[in-house]
Amino acid sequence: MSHLTDLPVWAAIPVCLLLLAGSAISLIGSIGLIRLKTFYGRLHAPTLSSSAGTILICLASMIAFAVLQNRWIFHEVLIVLFVILTTPVTLMLLGQAALYRDRIEGSTDVPRKTTGPEPDLSAIDI
Amino acid sequence: MRYWFPYPLLSLSLFALWLLINQSISPGHILLGGMLGISWAWVMVNLQADRTRLRKFRRIAVLTGHVAIDVLRSNLAVMRVILRSGNRPVNSGFVTIDLSLRDDNALALLACILTATPGTAWLEFDRQTGVLMIHVLDLENGARWSDLIKRRYETPLKEIFE
Repeated sequence: MSHLTDLPVWAAIPVCLLLLAGSAISLIGSIGLIRLKTFYGRLHAPTLSSSAGTILICLASMIAFAVLQNRWIFHEVLIVLFVILTTPVTLMLLGQAALYRDRIEGSTDVPRKTTGPEPDLSAIDI
Repeated sequence: MRYWFPYPLLSLSLFALWLLINQSISPGHILLGGMLGISWAWVMVNLQADRTRLRKFRRIAVLTGHVAIDVLRSNLAVMRVILRSGNRPVNSGFVTIDLSLRDDNALALLACILTATPGTAWLEFDRQTGVLMIHVLDLENGARWSDLIKRRYETPLKEIFE
């Protein structure tokens, strides 16, 4: 890590600020996981770190290594792209699972399915 | 031509991705990336993905700008909600939206947009009726949210994809 000391001050300041902002946002997202009370509310908290947190930390990394190695770094752009492309998959999976379970349990907080077959209650042992 | 290049845009983006990951434009990487791009497009043929033509590149630029602004704004909004949630109960709820968008790729993109903006989570889409259910963290007004998503995202996506 010693080569990080080669970073000039004018680059170190924005890198530090971006890193701190990114980590603060990720921290707030994690606090949200505790503070929000419902499962669906908690779905929103980690998206803070997967969007703004990732983008800010990747920006910091781009600036730091662009200055240190004197070239443009694109790997971070790809990281942001992949994170944005893949989070909906996990999120939908979790959301669908929660919806399915709430409907099976007959929870009134969850809207009914508009059409299509209702979940088969007889097949499942609750 | 169609036989060799079933998904030209996909091949091209895979090729660009390969060069970006390796950070080099040496002839070896260009050859390897080209081969990978073309052969992975053949894999996609078996998955029978919808083939869509992108149109109206100006709309794409405008939509990208809108999404960037919304991601920023909703990040701030969700942070405020989380930090205040100790004092004030969170007013969250489900919103159902009637979508007229049917293109698979456009719907996938809409899912990415809605997920990337914190505060909205895509929960369920009914393919038969076209009803989308999302969960909104800070629900002021259900009709406003459904209006916003229809106007800001669905209309431009329809213009771009259909």
